[in-house]
Amino acid sequence: MSQAVELTGQTGVVVRSHVIHKVLRNPMGMIALAILAVLVTMAVLADVLAPFDENFADIASTLAAPDANHLLGTDSVGRDVWSRLVFGARTTLLSALLCAAVAIGIGLPAGLVAGYYGGKFDGIAGWFVNILMSLPGIIVLLTVRAAFGPSVWISMIAFGILLSPGYFRLTRTSVQSVRNELYVDAARVAGLSDRSIISRHIFSVVRAPIIIQTAMVCGVAISVQSGLEFLGLGDPTVATWGVMLSEGFKNVYLTPTLLLWPAVAIGLAVGALVLLGNAVRDALEDGEKVKQRKRKAAESASATERTTPAPAKVRQARGAVAAVESGTEHHLVKVTNLGVGYPQADGSIKKVVDDVSFHVDRGEILGIVGESGSGKSQTAFSILGLLPGTARIVGGSIQFDGNYTVAPGEEKVSQERLTKLRGKRISYIPQEPMSNLDPAFTIGYQLVTPMVRVLGISKAEATKRAMKLLSDVGIANPERTFQAYPHEVSGGMAQRVLIAGAISCEPDLIIADEPTTALDVTVQADVLDLIRDLQRRLNVGVILVTHNFGVVSDLCDRVVVMQNGRLVEEGPVRTILREPKDPYTQMLLSSMLEGKEPMTMLVSASAKEAVK
Amino acid sequence: MVQFIIRKIAAGLVVLCAISFLTYFLLYFSSSNIARNILGEYASQEQVAQKETELGLDQPLPARFLDWAGHSITGDFGRSWFTGEPVATAIATRLPITLTLVIAAILLIAVLATVLGMAAAVKRGWIDRVVQTGAIVGDAIPGFVLAIILVTLFAIQLKLFPATSSIAPDAGASAWAASLTLPAIALVINGVTGGAQQVRSAVIKQLERDYVRTLRSRGIPEREILFKHVLRSAAPTGLTVLSLQFIGMLGGVVIIEQIFALPGIGNLAVQSTTMGDIPLVMGVVLYTVVIVIIVNLLVDLINGWLNPKVRVS
Amino acid sequence: MTSTDAEFKDLLRVEDLAVEYPGKGFRAKSFRALSDINISIGQGETLGLVGESGSGKTTLGRAVLGLAPVTGGKVIFEGNDISQATRKERRKLSRDLQVVFQDPYTSLNPALEIGDILAEPLSVQGKPPAEAKKRVRELLDQVGLPADAISRLPREFSGGQRQRVAIARALALSPKLIVCDEPVSALDLSTQAVVLDLFLQIQRDTGVSYLFVSHDLDVVRHISHRVAVMYRGGIVEQGPADVVTRAPEHPYTQRLLLASPVPDPDRQEQRRADRHRLLEQQRQQNEQAAVLA
Repeated sequence: MSQAVELTGQTGVVVRSHVIHKVLRNPMGMIALAILAVLVTMAVLADVLAPFDENFADIASTLAAPDANHLLGTDSVGRDVWSRLVFGARTTLLSALLCAAVAIGIGLPAGLVAGYYGGKFDGIAGWFVNILMSLPGIIVLLTVRAAFGPSVWISMIAFGILLSPGYFRLTRTSVQSVRNELYVDAARVAGLSDRSIISRHIFSVVRAPIIIQTAMVCGVAISVQSGLEFLGLGDPTVATWGVMLSEGFKNVYLTPTLLLWPAVAIGLAVGALVLLGNAVRDALEDGEKVKQRKRKAAESASATERTTPAPAKVRQARGAVAAVESGTEHHLVKVTNLGVGYPQADGSIKKVVDDVSFHVDRGEILGIVGESGSGKSQTAFSILGLLPGTARIVGGSIQFDGNYTVAPGEEKVSQERLTKLRGKRISYIPQEPMSNLDPAFTIGYQLVTPMVRVLGISKAEATKRAMKLLSDVGIANPERTFQAYPHEVSGGMAQRVLIAGAISCEPDLIIADEPTTALDVTVQADVLDLIRDLQRRLNVGVILVTHNFGVVSDLCDRVVVMQNGRLVEEGPVRTILREPKDPYTQMLLSSMLEGKEPMTMLVSASAKEAVK
Repeated sequence: MVQFIIRKIAAGLVVLCAISFLTYFLLYFSSSNIARNILGEYASQEQVAQKETELGLDQPLPARFLDWAGHSITGDFGRSWFTGEPVATAIATRLPITLTLVIAAILLIAVLATVLGMAAAVKRGWIDRVVQTGAIVGDAIPGFVLAIILVTLFAIQLKLFPATSSIAPDAGASAWAASLTLPAIALVINGVTGGAQQVRSAVIKQLERDYVRTLRSRGIPEREILFKHVLRSAAPTGLTVLSLQFIGMLGGVVIIEQIFALPGIGNLAVQSTTMGDIPLVMGVVLYTVVIVIIVNLLVDLINGWLNPKVRVS
Repeated sequence: MTSTDAEFKDLLRVEDLAVEYPGKGFRAKSFRALSDINISIGQGETLGLVGESGSGKTTLGRAVLGLAPVTGGKVIFEGNDISQATRKERRKLSRDLQVVFQDPYTSLNPALEIGDILAEPLSVQGKPPAEAKKRVRELLDQVGLPADAISRLPREFSGGQRQRVAIARALALSPKLIVCDEPVSALDLSTQAVVLDLFLQIQRDTGVSYLFVSHDLDVVRHISHRVAVMYRGGIVEQGPADVVTRAPEHPYTQRLLLASPVPDPDRQEQRRADRHRLLEQQRQQNEQAAVLA
């Protein structure tokens, strides 16, 4: 690692590796494949490996102990256990394959058609699927046995039909999600036939889930088939593991090992299939886990940092947090040299915020401007203490109203300190209005509860205040909105409700993360007016995270500009917008369309290279 | 809401009719020599013909189905061909054992899976690894193999529980408990691992949703967020998993009853199947489907109650 | 396709177009997304289509492409009504009519290499692989992507670069008209500027026409010759870009214009005041209208 070179800004790369590789590297995947290989070999070479015919009975030596002739002994009628085990592998694996083949043969095409074309076929298929899924498998197989007699193959065909809904649903869901993807639309515009679209764009999506499902289905088939035979419902002339198990169970008091071998065989086969399915799934889910070993590496890396004096002070001051630097207490929020990072699979830390410092005073609106990936939202969430669980504070401090919420040297935001502040003194306006309200509760409930919890007022009192808040944020009919569920109001209305929630406990600081980005322009203008009025009336400090310079000029007093996790420029709004010093800010502002001559090039050739 | 319930019940009845129809035709259509099978090889042609008339087998199939269906509605499902016992009675005497076992198991699974799944999702760390590994192990060991292991270990080797327990319906509660504990454990172990895993992923999915962050920002205590908001939103997933497990268990209990020699419905099902006692097989299928329909209806109703969108429409 | 023998100066003409989506479920009412749409686009011309979410602007683009159900009116492309074109006819049409979608993340199949994505429209037209490969290289060069992009996957590229790939795919067959459905909305400001430059450059070089759909009045003003404003499934105003986007006549367009904030605090304060005045004025007019009615 070239960590000797201290890089600034966002550093580190996201590490990924290939699927098949991952399955093979996963010890579980390897073991599973090895077991399956052994079982398949047994099944294929059964005639060579088995010294006796599966049904050859040596009446003279029943329940014999293992010897040179009978590797694993004999059963109650003197049949060779090893031979029966080997032939059993053949029947068992073949029947599992038959079951999976039937299930795929029905489920996959039906799922493709239902998912791609929808319509009547989808409805009818869905009805059948619901019926099949609500039938207990074994009861159905008993019925089939009653009707058709004992046959491994017939019962596995029936079971395959029973399991086909799994494939149907899987395929249908994948196809539906892909069918509406824009790249399928693009293929249609290009004039690709449905068949080409399905084989080229859609089948590739279902392939991997089908493999996983098949591993699981084969496992289930083996265990159900063995179960049926264990019940004595199988064909007694065919050696299978289930029949052997049943035989062993009858003699459990005499020769327990008769039970052992088929049980081990079934356990290994089913276990290996399940493990394989899991290994493939793990490999597909890109969730790279941070390895133990790597975490140690990270710890040793941070150990070297401890040589700096500041963290030592912290360790000694556990519980009682160190006092902030004197002369800065009057700032509502002060962020000093903040760094935020995420540990990666290879043990390195990917920094998303690096060395960021700014402050906000009471009654002031600070804009944090930047493009996607600039770290502006991460900065805001670290003040709220609402970073994802894996995030680490890798440097700097945050203080709120004269007290540290993140003291220098601390790795995590202290939830203990922030729970006392959140809602009551620091509040939050999110970006997407709809997804930020719990769909299962009324708007009134979601407004009243925080007030009851945070302010300790009665429900009636809180309800009265909620009504007032709703009319304060410009909602014409507060009673109706109060009783409504989130899905019953519009996006603009939901954003007003969220703003009402943010001011409900009279906070000192509001953190607004792109509060108007998800809204239509005309609604955005109304919401900006609302935020401005409320801010003036309540004299709160506001941190406004946005990518839109129009929003900045409408609301902000001061601005910080961020790029790749670093702060590039800070200053009063007029200075930043009119005379930006930093080339990045200049470039951003020159990309604005407002006031430009239409139909002219926006970016000069040199700047074009820089952006690339 | 009332309309919603009526619609669901109607749909259930349609399914019930469809399945009885299918099963009836399947069973009678494919087994031709029913009377001969009952009477044995040495019965004379006349005896067979007489038996066929007695069982009504000389009538055309659709007519027989209508006749059967007509009687079934009044609660008369016919009699066993071999014992002459009314099907309804046979099922009714065995139902308590099976239902006690299955309901006890599903309730235990519901509680354990929720607790374990929540703990794994929220605390992560070792408990998460235990739940995840448990899910794989639970999938990998077939339920009846596990039951066999339990029987051999605890009943035959250690003699802690009765291995075979032909309990009478009127036996005392302690006898029931002693006989049903081990089978219930076998069912629970098998269901709880997968259940906990599903609850875990449902809870994690909910925890990642935007509104959870907003609730935190409003100063709502973490515990309230978990139990009131997250658990409620994860509940439909959990319920669906439970209902599927319940359905699976109605089948799985057949093998479990056989292993533990319990005289429940599963036992009846195996007997009637091996003997070809078709009225009994029909009865078992019908009873199972009715229970499944009731369970699905309950799940739909609870989901409707949990989700305001469903309730409104 | 029926030849109507119309004058060829309009590349695309949409007449009295209506789009209705069938309702979901039994006996559900169908949803009318568009009605009475009349637009036209000449050779080498850009028609900007602006409106808010749900106004029907995206549906109009999709109807032209045959991705939305046309239930009334005509879509005339080079004199032929293509509103009910079959898949086979679409295949022929795709040489002249192409698309760039909004979301560069879902508009490229994540499992296919860039080279395969770009070759798709070429192979549909039956181009031999060698020729297709040559054309793909040209395209990458044209949109300013490195030649080694050919064997890389979409996820290795940023949003702006992916959008270049999507533009390259649209250009592959040298079409006459490209429907651009919010092609810069998902991009950062600086990337947006670069991509808009690319669109303009391509038009200068190839004389292609655009139907350019966007919710952003500034973007539409910058790139369009003429602009049509959509509101609740209909067109409320259309005309030369300069007129519609600077001195609009329809009350909705007026509101839209003044709602978009400008990047200067003092001018924005002015605009805010103008907007409040306009809203007040429109409210009074509405009241008067209500009284009269």
